[in-house]
Amino acid sequence: MITAERKPLEEIIDSVKPFQRILLVGCNECVTVCAAGGRKEVGILASALQMNFMKAGQTIDIKELTLERQCDPEYVEELSTHMDQVDAVLSMACGCGVQEIARRYKDKPVLPAVNTKFMGASERQGVWAERCQGCGDCLLGLTGGICPIARCSKRLLNGPCGGSTNGKCEISPEVDCVWQLIWDRLKALGMEDRYEDIMPAKNWQTGRGGGPRKIIREDLAE
Amino acid sequence: MKTESTLEKILASGNLAVTSECGPPRGAVPDKVKEKAEMLRGYVDAVNVTDNQTAMVRMSSFAACVIIKQMGMDPILQMVTRDRNRLAMQADILGAYAHGIDTMLCLSGDHPHFGDHPQAMNVHDIDSIQFVQMVHTMREKGTFQGGDDIINPPKMFIGAAANPFADPFELRVARLAKKAKAGADFVQTQCIYNLDKFETWMKGVVDRGLHEKVHVLAGVTPMKTAGMARYMKNKVPGMDVPDEIVDRMAGVPKEKQAEEGIKICVESIQRLKDVEGVSGFHIMAIEWEQKVPEIVKKAGLYPRPEIA
Repeated sequence: MITAERKPLEEIIDSVKPFQRILLVGCNECVTVCAAGGRKEVGILASALQMNFMKAGQTIDIKELTLERQCDPEYVEELSTHMDQVDAVLSMACGCGVQEIARRYKDKPVLPAVNTKFMGASERQGVWAERCQGCGDCLLGLTGGICPIARCSKRLLNGPCGGSTNGKCEISPEVDCVWQLIWDRLKALGMEDRYEDIMPAKNWQTGRGGGPRKIIREDLAE
Repeated sequence: MKTESTLEKILASGNLAVTSECGPPRGAVPDKVKEKAEMLRGYVDAVNVTDNQTAMVRMSSFAACVIIKQMGMDPILQMVTRDRNRLAMQADILGAYAHGIDTMLCLSGDHPHFGDHPQAMNVHDIDSIQFVQMVHTMREKGTFQGGDDIINPPKMFIGAAANPFADPFELRVARLAKKAKAGADFVQTQCIYNLDKFETWMKGVVDRGLHEKVHVLAGVTPMKTAGMARYMKNKVPGMDVPDEIVDRMAGVPKEKQAEEGIKICVESIQRLKDVEGVSGFHIMAIEWEQKVPEIVKKAGLYPRPEIA
């Protein structure tokens, strides 16, 4: 999923200050799963904002809504009936959702309420970790199903650097050395000999290096 | 000979090679480079010039190498994949070679997290093994990494780093094998304090015949103080300093510790000279370059062989 974290309340207050009527929009997808911008977080943020403005002797009108998917025009269309009653939209979706609203409602400011972080997985209750950087040419089949592009601090494709210590990365004892994980996994799979195959320089054209990306499926596109 | 490199000639002659390093200044101070290099003249075969070591901005390795080359000495251009993509790296290799620099060391580099610009984006377009492969391709095929022909391809003698003390230990010989396969001519190792562990690694290297494909220069660093020994033991990732070294440094009075550090360094070199597969030494006297002549002499590595 795409993970996100809510911005600090002070930053959100600052961004909505110029506006009287706010449409606060959550998303039912990834940000709900990582507890950053679903229906529940929309409610909490709305209350926090109301309380803060009240304390300062001001008022703010907040309309709460949570869409099925903010990155999909079909669902973003549902906001159209509310748009003439608000001055700005405060989105709790990832950056994709924010941009979809901005694209559809050209005359309304859209403000992000979360920081979009990474494509990751849940490690345990309340902990999410980066797993994929969307390089566009998946090599997990060669690395025991563990990604060195997303999970090695130096993006090394051919083994651990000289800073790997007791299974941890040189940048922090909190970060696993992904090459230790890959090596352990290759051993478990009986694929140790794979290690000495040199992985050639990566073609980043399929990733962000090739400029903004798009997928066009001729069989589906209208 | 694959190149014009003095280091290659020394290694080919069967003599133990000696290299040391010079960290460029944190400012546009050419005299500082000259001063450091001058201390090493005649005592080493080539001088590594670090590339933004510990991820702190310094005078570029390339520029400092040119200064050292103009002094009639042999610099080793260090380059890290952290700060440059493949275009910038190849451009600098052409430039360096055009200035007569014919030996280089290919590294991934310390993470910016450790340095003075932790906000910086790290590049890592290619990794250190792909880097070795790229420089090797430039030399042997005369083509850029992208495939086009090079006019007058740079013939670099290619070095890489090896850390026998990092984890997983069982992968460390294989990692050297991979660097050799990529085209490395020599490696300089991490500072060796745990000689037993180094010898175990070296045995693995020799058992696979890797020492015949890639020259191994054993890295040594003299300790200045017991505090430095403790710091290296506890704080530097991938460093293995046994308790006995720390205890030995701490066991002498403070004013004698530097002398003890030199002694340990010289003893290490003496022992490592007898280890099969060791082709020479890389003496990293960090901000202590003036001690290199003494270490080289005491270790019986002086005078350096005259190779035309």
